[in-house]
Amino acid sequence: MTNLLLNIDAGTIDWSRAQFALTAIYHWLFVPLTLGLAVIMGIMETIYYRTQKRDDKSAAMFWKKTAQFWQKLFGINFAMGVATGIILEFEFGTNWSNYSWFVGDIFGAPLAVEGIVAFFMESTFVAVMFFGWNKVSRGFHLASTWLTGLGATISAWWILVANAWMQYPVGCEFNPDTMRNEMVSFAEVALSPFAVSKFCHTVTSAWIIGGVFCVGVSCWYLMKKRETKMALESLKIGAAVGLVASVLAAATGHKSAQDVAEVQPMKLAAMEALYNGGTDVGLTAVAWVNPLSQPDYENEESAPLKIEMPYALSFMATNDLHGYVPGINDILNGYTRPDGTKEPSVDEKIEMGKQAIEALAAYRKAKQEGADETTLNAHLSLLASNMKYFGYGYIKDKSQVVPPIAVNFWAFRIMVGVGCLLILYFALLLVITHKIPFLTVFTRRLLAALGLIPETEADGYEITNLPAWHYWFAIALIPLAYLASESGWLVAEFGRQPWTIQDMLPTWVAVSDLQSGSVMLTFVLFLILFTTMLAVEINIMLKQIKKGPEL
Amino acid sequence: MKKDSFAYRVFDLYYEGFRNMRLGRTLWAVILIKLIIIFAVLKVFFFPNYLKEHANGDEAGYVATQILNP
Repeated sequence: MTNLLLNIDAGTIDWSRAQFALTAIYHWLFVPLTLGLAVIMGIMETIYYRTQKRDDKSAAMFWKKTAQFWQKLFGINFAMGVATGIILEFEFGTNWSNYSWFVGDIFGAPLAVEGIVAFFMESTFVAVMFFGWNKVSRGFHLASTWLTGLGATISAWWILVANAWMQYPVGCEFNPDTMRNEMVSFAEVALSPFAVSKFCHTVTSAWIIGGVFCVGVSCWYLMKKRETKMALESLKIGAAVGLVASVLAAATGHKSAQDVAEVQPMKLAAMEALYNGGTDVGLTAVAWVNPLSQPDYENEESAPLKIEMPYALSFMATNDLHGYVPGINDILNGYTRPDGTKEPSVDEKIEMGKQAIEALAAYRKAKQEGADETTLNAHLSLLASNMKYFGYGYIKDKSQVVPPIAVNFWAFRIMVGVGCLLILYFALLLVITHKIPFLTVFTRRLLAALGLIPETEADGYEITNLPAWHYWFAIALIPLAYLASESGWLVAEFGRQPWTIQDMLPTWVAVSDLQSGSVMLTFVLFLILFTTMLAVEINIMLKQIKKGPEL
Repeated sequence: MKKDSFAYRVFDLYYEGFRNMRLGRTLWAVILIKLIIIFAVLKVFFFPNYLKEHANGDEAGYVATQILNP
């Protein structure tokens, strides 16, 4: 991508983007497991608390040790994830200095709140959770366990508020004197509908990771015929959390898609490889979108070999089977919405953006020269009327506002595909391990008839004697679920390219004037550091799993 | 300090907790090494505050020059 205004080589932009992506992807390996395991261990300890109250000592001991085991795995992941996110903030200050200044306190405020909340809530309650088993009352300990998870979830809220603002900048006004966006409504920023949807979808997807991890680890024990009771009970809880979370993630994903359709229609069009939009638009199930190149969206009617679900995209985007969804070419060339309002073409937006930039430059120059109020107000008025498209003034060719279609298209399908697989898997797991009248026996016999479980397992409720591939399949779902989770972020972030702040600031204006070599060096350093840290975590985690609970 | 006071109980929670750590020792070692790398190496040598170094106190003017002048 070329830089139009600054003397910054494209390498700096691309390496800075790659470095940020690497750090964010690595950070996101830890966060969802922390949020997900928080729910799992909270449920385990709640069961312990309830059995203890019933004075069932044997059951209470079992659930206490089970809860402690999952808390130990939570602790390993928590420790490994500590401060991995802080590197992102370093990168803002060094690699993205224009961006950091331009966003002003809007981005800083949620991050500061997150830092304070994370430090005080998590550090306090994590300590009680790990050190307080024999020091505080059972009720207080249980509350601390849940509050540890709540603290992590509230942290996620503020981070997602900051991210949502970049995708849907609200509650702010640009100050031409300070060159910063200034917050005019904290509530509008903190409770932006985009942030709410993003939070709900992200957190529920994190719970899925917790569920998948719990099921996968439990299946490893079942395969090794160890800790069978703990594994079976944990598996049931993991599957229940996973099912509820994956259904919620699907529902919140639908709401997220509607938000995207409303404020980032180009992202939705890229996700769907929808070159030309319209009404009654189908959702693409599969199509051939070359993963290595940008499709010829200007000349192709649609992606080749397309199989679609009729009306589904219109419904997903608008809640109406016949709703209008603009395609990439519609957005580039301008279109009229169903309510009659007109969305300008990108060329028109470029003109308005240029006027905004020129007005801002003229205002600052006039102010320096001591111009009168009337002159200054004329520049400000021109700036205000075109500010919405400020960033388009840096666009040289309209193709620059089309994000990488293949990445969005395939990442979206991986996310949704794995999500659907998990709903089915968790549901099946719950049905065959619970005594649900007729349904359990019917399902087990059906699976036996299909050859998916041995005939000997057709009746009964346990899954302790299945062939090893069943357990390996559950274990393999852990990396697969991570792939889906990371793919969700790829859609969110690749889909908004080239914008660091939607319609306001493209990447090549946001970046600092650094030498690409130095950014490349830190990228390689990070790659080594992160890979080492990940290897250390996996090593410690596997050792503890092999060691098992202290029953 | 009285043994049943709140302050002592908080101190005792942390003191006993840290003293009896097993896996926790390894995790704390990893955390400390990581924090040293992040704050004493990466932040100091690789992630300076770019605007502080280049803007000479006039960040707004510097950013304006960067993004408004072709």
